[in-house]
Amino acid sequence: MLRYLGGRIGQSLLLLLGVSVIGFALMHLAPGGPLAVYTLNPTVTAQDIARVKHEFGLDQPVHVQYVKWAFGLLTGNWGYSFFGGRPVGGIVLERLPATLELMGSSLALALIIGIASGIVAAVRRNTVIDYATTTLAMLALSLPTFWFGLLGIYVFAQTLGWLPAGGMASTGGGGVPDRLRHLLLPMLVLGFVLVAQWSRYTRSAMLEILSQDYIRTAEAKGLRPMRVLLGHGLRAALVPLVTLAGLQLPLLVGGALVTETVFSWPGMGLLFVNALGTRDYPVLMAILMVGALVVVVGNLLADIAVAVIDPRIRLTHV
Amino acid sequence: MTALLEVRDLRVAFGAAAAVDGVSFTVAPGETLGLVGESGCGKSTTALALMRLLHGAVTGGSAHFDGRDLLALDRPAMRGVRGAEIAMIFQDPGTALHPLIRVGEQVTEAIRAHQAVSAAVARARALDLFRQVGIATPELRLRAYPHQLSGGMCQRVMIAAAIACSPRLLLADEPTTALDVTVQAQILELLQTISRATGMAVILITHDLGVVAGMADRVAVMYAGRIVEMAPTAALFAAPAHPYTRGLLGAVPRLDQGWDDELPIIPGSVATAIAASGCRFAPRCPRADRSCRATPPLAPVAEGHLAACWHSG
Ligand SMILES: Nc1ncnc2c1ncn2[C@@H]1O[C@H](COP(=O)(O)OP(=O)(O)O)[C@@H](O)[C@H]1O
Ligand SMILES: [Mg+2]
Repeated sequence: MLRYLGGRIGQSLLLLLGVSVIGFALMHLAPGGPLAVYTLNPTVTAQDIARVKHEFGLDQPVHVQYVKWAFGLLTGNWGYSFFGGRPVGGIVLERLPATLELMGSSLALALIIGIASGIVAAVRRNTVIDYATTTLAMLALSLPTFWFGLLGIYVFAQTLGWLPAGGMASTGGGGVPDRLRHLLLPMLVLGFVLVAQWSRYTRSAMLEILSQDYIRTAEAKGLRPMRVLLGHGLRAALVPLVTLAGLQLPLLVGGALVTETVFSWPGMGLLFVNALGTRDYPVLMAILMVGALVVVVGNLLADIAVAVIDPRIRLTHV
Repeated sequence: MTALLEVRDLRVAFGAAAAVDGVSFTVAPGETLGLVGESGCGKSTTALALMRLLHGAVTGGSAHFDGRDLLALDRPAMRGVRGAEIAMIFQDPGTALHPLIRVGEQVTEAIRAHQAVSAAVARARALDLFRQVGIATPELRLRAYPHQLSGGMCQRVMIAAAIACSPRLLLADEPTTALDVTVQAQILELLQTISRATGMAVILITHDLGVVAGMADRVAVMYAGRIVEMAPTAALFAAPAHPYTRGLLGAVPRLDQGWDDELPIIPGSVATAIAASGCRFAPRCPRADRSCRATPPLAPVAEGHLAACWHSG
């Protein structure tokens, strides 16, 4: 088990290294740059640009820049924003809670509603309930997140005026109810596609499991239906479902980025999109690495959880 | 002697196809009834219908167990019967046990489903049961997962869970088919020992007449959803009355397929087989003639010996 874990951690570190190299290279090789806007400005001379480039270290070869950046990252110095000069670590970390709030609440919604509706659809397969959840899920999975975001804003903010169109709180603060009102729409929009995925996946996992011999054994013992369904059925489904949780993380991170942009939700996703516009390399790289870390750590946790749940995995990977 | 279980005209249909078509038999308290027939003849369906574990099948007839019709009980009452009064074990113990639950818990939950006992008491009982079914180092095995045990050991766990609440009837559906030959004999002996010691009746389902020979008091032979012959075990082996039974016993040379080989499938589709009246074995029967176009009733040919064949007299 420990060796298995060690191997997986090693893989994860390699993955993070790969993400950082590719991310860094793509960013610097793409045409334009943080100073591109100034080349069109007649009041900024070529010497000015060269001087700033030198100050930011952008005149050095890319690999030298990478090594400097990576060394800084490992020693806790994430660099400084090209715009405003604040330390990147602070800029990114102050956005982290907002993003975690959005992702966490959407994921919780997805787990509860997705798994529950998936179980119901499996138990009541080929009934109206099953067809209804299937149709809803297909709808959620076939339309992009930003479309639901814009629709939500149009209906609930613009037309009905029930909910705010964006932001995390009203100006001047506002209490918990105000924050919840702001959270509701982004949470639903990001959660919708996640709910759909969990629902579909739970349904198919449960359908397969409910036809297994050991479910019939549980029934033959005279266990209560709920105990058979949850204690035996869902317990067996946990392995594929936890695996899904790990695999779903990139979608969650990507969806959060889009949702934050649509709803001006002041999290890392919005910061990323803004930094992309100004080519603020240090900020972009920091967010990229935090995002990659979330995905990698999440997958690692999912692997550990699967091993905890399934003795066949736990006891063979010794 | 009143019967413990009296099944009358049991019918089970999956959609249009009748898998069990008018089966009647009784089981006396403490008796072992062998239910024999080749694969697909409706043995499992019969047992599962008695347990009401067939989802999506239409069931008819009656099955009185201790005076109550199992097929008419409401769901909570039926749940109270399952595991407590009638238990069931299955063909493949490897898949019949939950792979993610310790085998000890799979036994204790069977106890606690019907009896309000503490976890500690249930565990102690499970330990006793493990000893009773011949599991060595039971303390250690309680904590094992199914994949850590051999097939025979898993079947012993299944038996332990099945007898946990001292049921009066055990439905054993091919309990040794998936096991090694040496282990088969041990499991059968265990079932016989338990049944004798506790007075538990057993319906032993198998496609292997050799299995029932040493085990069953009486044997019912099924063919295509019907019982074609039923007799005390010794009488059945000494004087099989139905050509199908004789085929199974290898007594009829003209039926040149051995027991282990798949017998040829009845010509024609299921629909025509059901629509066609008459003896269902006729298309494969060496003695079939015009009289077989009428359905032969299950009629006495000797004391306690019934057969459904016009030529068995
Ligand atoms: N769940 C089911 N759905 C449809 N047909 C079934 C189902 N279970 C069994 N059958 C059919 O019923 C017949 C009897 O099956 P079964 O009782 O399993 O036979 P046996 O146990 O004697 O081998 C077979 O023809 C089989 O195909
Ligand atoms: Mg069977």
